[in-house]
Amino acid sequence: MAAIPAQLASACAAVRDAGPADQVAGVQPRYVAAPASTAEASAVLRAAAELGLAVLPRGAGTRIAWGAAPASCDLVVDMKGMDRLVEHAAGDLVATVQAGASLAGLGQALGRTGQRLALDPAGPAGTVGGLIATGAAGPLRLRYGSPRDLLIGITVVRADGTVASSGGKVVKNVAGYDLGKLYAGSYGTLGLITEATFRLHPRPAAVAYVTADCAGQDEAHRLIAAAVDSPLTPSAAEISWPAGHAPIRAGILLEGDQAGTAERAARLCGLLDELAEDSAVSSPDPPPWWGTAPDGDGTALRIAFWPGQLPAVLGAIRAAAAAAGLDPAVAGSAGAGVLTAGLPGQADPAAVAKFVTAVRESLAMGPAEPTGLTRASAVVLHAPAGVRDLVDMWGPAPSLALMRAVKDQFDPEHRMAPGRLAGGI
Amino acid sequence: MTTSTAGAVAVSQAAADSMATAALVPALTGICGPGAIVTDPAELRTYECDGLTSHRCSPGLVVLPETAEQVAAVVAECFRAGIPFIARGSGTGLSGGALPRADGVLIVMSKMRKIIEIDAASRRAIVEPGVTNLAVSKAVAPFGLFYAPDPSSQVICSVGGNVAENSGGAHCLKHGFTTHHVSGLQIVTPQGELTWLGDGTSAAPGYDLTGAFTGSEGTIGIVTKVIVRLTRTPEAVTTLLAAFKTMGAGGTAVSQIIGSGILPGAIEMMDALAIEAAEAAVACRYPEGAGAVLIVELDGPAGDVVRETEAVRDICEQAGAYEIREASDAAERTAIWTGRKSAFAAVGRISPAYIVQDGVVPRTALGEVLDKIAALSAASGIRVANVFHAGDGNLHPLVLFDDAVPEACEAAEELSGAILDLCIEHGGSITGEHGVGTDKSKYMPKMFGPDDLDTMQLLRCAFDPAGLCNPGKVFPTPRLCGEVPGVRTAPHPLVASGQVEQF
Repeated sequence: MAAIPAQLASACAAVRDAGPADQVAGVQPRYVAAPASTAEASAVLRAAAELGLAVLPRGAGTRIAWGAAPASCDLVVDMKGMDRLVEHAAGDLVATVQAGASLAGLGQALGRTGQRLALDPAGPAGTVGGLIATGAAGPLRLRYGSPRDLLIGITVVRADGTVASSGGKVVKNVAGYDLGKLYAGSYGTLGLITEATFRLHPRPAAVAYVTADCAGQDEAHRLIAAAVDSPLTPSAAEISWPAGHAPIRAGILLEGDQAGTAERAARLCGLLDELAEDSAVSSPDPPPWWGTAPDGDGTALRIAFWPGQLPAVLGAIRAAAAAAGLDPAVAGSAGAGVLTAGLPGQADPAAVAKFVTAVRESLAMGPAEPTGLTRASAVVLHAPAGVRDLVDMWGPAPSLALMRAVKDQFDPEHRMAPGRLAGGI
Repeated sequence: MTTSTAGAVAVSQAAADSMATAALVPALTGICGPGAIVTDPAELRTYECDGLTSHRCSPGLVVLPETAEQVAAVVAECFRAGIPFIARGSGTGLSGGALPRADGVLIVMSKMRKIIEIDAASRRAIVEPGVTNLAVSKAVAPFGLFYAPDPSSQVICSVGGNVAENSGGAHCLKHGFTTHHVSGLQIVTPQGELTWLGDGTSAAPGYDLTGAFTGSEGTIGIVTKVIVRLTRTPEAVTTLLAAFKTMGAGGTAVSQIIGSGILPGAIEMMDALAIEAAEAAVACRYPEGAGAVLIVELDGPAGDVVRETEAVRDICEQAGAYEIREASDAAERTAIWTGRKSAFAAVGRISPAYIVQDGVVPRTALGEVLDKIAALSAASGIRVANVFHAGDGNLHPLVLFDDAVPEACEAAEELSGAILDLCIEHGGSITGEHGVGTDKSKYMPKMFGPDDLDTMQLLRCAFDPAGLCNPGKVFPTPRLCGEVPGVRTAPHPLVASGQVEQF
């Protein structure tokens, strides 16, 4: 065990040597520091800067396997000690919360006043900071978007220890650059998120899940399109296409007051019955597959596309799977144009790599684009080591040169989660 | 120079400015054609200000490109020559964000007004930046869609300007701001390169540069194409107008509506002085004797709108509304909105001059802040009319003064500034939708610390290390970017080391 450097020990009360459990995608850090405040987090990053340590922020570790493996990682900053709900201004539908707070705990606290943060990522919810850093979102993204859409203020510690806030505590605010957008989905590469302020929404008094089994990809598309194009204001429009050639299941979430939700559910059932072979069913409870990630501990490929391309995207996934001899499960926000294809951990890495490449190639062959715009992407969120070795986790990204310029400004020494993001950023 | 008088320095500076921009004329004419360059001083004066007319400056040169490639070539010329450049849309901005510079080129985007593509199945459209906000909604209306952000200048303001300012509008309470409705941008970088930020999807890989760009007030590049998200037209819309004797009663109604879980499309409020002005200007015939009127618009599925309308009526009655009007067709709705939408200009009927302020407070602090504004008004003897987006705490106090009276303008500006101080004190913002621009950069240090501002400027340095793109706006003091401006020619270290591939 290396002795903990004095600078680090004096910066933070809770510093320890890292163990095997602290590994990130096979990279072994040396130390773990758990700051209790933004001031302490700042001191930790100043010490890391003096020592030239590569730093990786960590919340509950729920999505620590997401993103490319860090190029190096000396110090994990464990944020679980910063878990306070700083302020809940219920009358203003706004809450400020420390980055290490669990989403589940936050949900309970807000629920006491009938409010919620309208984000429902798949799987264990993890922490607020991890959610922002990964930009994760679940079914509700159709109506409420992803963390970037609900984040109204943020405090971040930069690589050199500088503490900087942007945004504020009011929903409507255009003073200064909206750096929250930049940090949302930045995977820790621009700094350590310590505090965030969100816009909240009232919890709906009633919900209805309208579900139907679909005979094929085209029917699934017709059902999803009918729901999303209807005036019934769905909050989510999901599909689940399990492995093994099972039928595609479509599910639409309606939210509102008791009467309105029931009325709209009945109307939606009528609308879908005209389009599907099987009749649609409405239930106040979610179907068992709702909002679940189709990947477990295997490979998850997130495909984002223009929603009208749903049949082409489903076709591309099946064709790529057939070519690679694989049978992925597919699920996600079909209505919003974000799906995840999941493959089990034991799938042959070479076949998985072939699948990923084939999906990317067919997406790039979309509508002819004289302006150089690619209208879809396929990002490997997480994968076993064998697959990581063979694929570029991020694939092509627009404007990488500008992204690199941003990274160079915020973290000139490239010590914050180096290599995690697209293009080796 | 030590022997020159101050006047001589100023003259020679002006001469130097015009020579520098004049030197660009041949190149820019070659790019855009002779008809697209404005050099005549009288014509240049047309562009000397945007909607904030108190700040004026004739640009050195105006160019009106018609394509993204022309914009890129113009910017590249400016970059090479080290000449500042400023983009302008329709010129309706209210913070001097498009204020020209005598030593700079003003790039006017109003000829780029094509709607390139409407993908109704994906609820997206690709439009050029000079297209007006309302033109987008009109073009997609046949598909049952609309473009949700609706600034009150939507008939004339451009989508490119909306992106620069992250514009809101009366209906952003429910539907969000420009940033929620833009999913990709083609921009010209401050070095003159065309590139896409984002890809039109909801989850583009890498940093959300589209989000970071939106609301950057033209300081990190020029938008040449915008991918907008479109929203399903609501099945039903009802507009209610409720008259109250006091602002306090109206405020109570607002809190109770939000507290009930109803999210109206818009909640607008006007005080007695604003109503008086609107009556004088457009005879909107709001209920007599009103100390406050509230306009609440509900949109959504038909059944929900009926029930929510009933609930809002009940709340307003219990809060003391003495008259409630309900509009359910377009003509009736227009009658209700006329007074509100004309309020800014209408104040001209009751005062020779006025300042439009734009500040935000938490909704729950509205009552207290309005009382304090009234106290400031009473203490200074300066009248203040209040028009505001009550649902999101966005105040637009109109500070009235007589510009013929010496020092009245300064006194009004002082009061207007004191209102911003109140907003900051209550945890709000110095601007909810008009932007910082030229007008409010001096207030930025009151809302943000030096490290906050310095960090924001890192984004600017990443995009515009030479500091030529709309310089002098938003930030009170520019940051030195600590790098020789120019395009990176050496490969990125990770590319050089073979750790990553460059696409």
